[in-house]
Amino acid sequence: MKTSILVEKLGANVVCGKEHLETKEIEYAFASDLMSDVLTINAKNILLITGMANIQTIRTAEMADIHTIVLVRNKKATPEMIELAMQNDMIIAESSNSMFKTSGILYNMGLKPVY
Amino acid sequence: MQLKFHIEGGNFTKAGFASSEVKKYLRKINISNETIKRIVIAMYEAEVNVVAHAYEGEILVNIDSKKVDISVIDKGPGIEDIELAMKEGFSTASQKVREMGFGAGMGLSNIKRNANEFIIKSQPGEGTSLNIIVYLNNVN
Repeated sequence: MKTSILVEKLGANVVCGKEHLETKEIEYAFASDLMSDVLTINAKNILLITGMANIQTIRTAEMADIHTIVLVRNKKATPEMIELAMQNDMIIAESSNSMFKTSGILYNMGLKPVY
Repeated sequence: MQLKFHIEGGNFTKAGFASSEVKKYLRKINISNETIKRIVIAMYEAEVNVVAHAYEGEILVNIDSKKVDISVIDKGPGIEDIELAMKEGFSTASQKVREMGFGAGMGLSNIKRNANEFIIKSQPGEGTSLNIIVYLNNVN
């Protein structure tokens, strides 16, 4: 599914990577604030839903080949996060919704769980 | 090819820089994305461990046509009971480390899962050394 459709449905504010919205495809989603858990998942084209907004969120996504991150609970990306995300061609979208609501919307749209 | 990095204990801003550099290098040579992911996830877990637990450390990455061999050597408190430290869920991480999203006691077992060969040695009060080897022919 195109990332543009997902972020539009979420009503999320895309703070970086707008140029990739039409080209990046998403098949799976994973919701976690625990980066240790994110590092154990094994799937391609994953969207990460997290309330953890720090530079290690982006580093973790970089290592795990995750190119789209939705920050929930009104968390904001810092300038350092945005800079590193841009270097890695990532999309960051910010949402004021909870992790549960965000996950529910994306699940209903057909994104698959990693397990 | 050898890449060498110095890792600063406690500095979470820089944690992952070395793994990121290795990932960039591996992408330039002919290695599958799946193998690159295994290598950099194992290395990143080890790098975060040095930042989280040690005073400082060094990472040496040797890359040849058959394997990527990563040595992570730190000066730090070391590990009293390696068998216990390898258990998923066991962690001695500080609150600060947990607030960064780590310290869940998953790191060492995740390194082992992604590596083809993994050796861990530790001298309590002195430090810990890891040797992580990933074969490039995708043999698990």
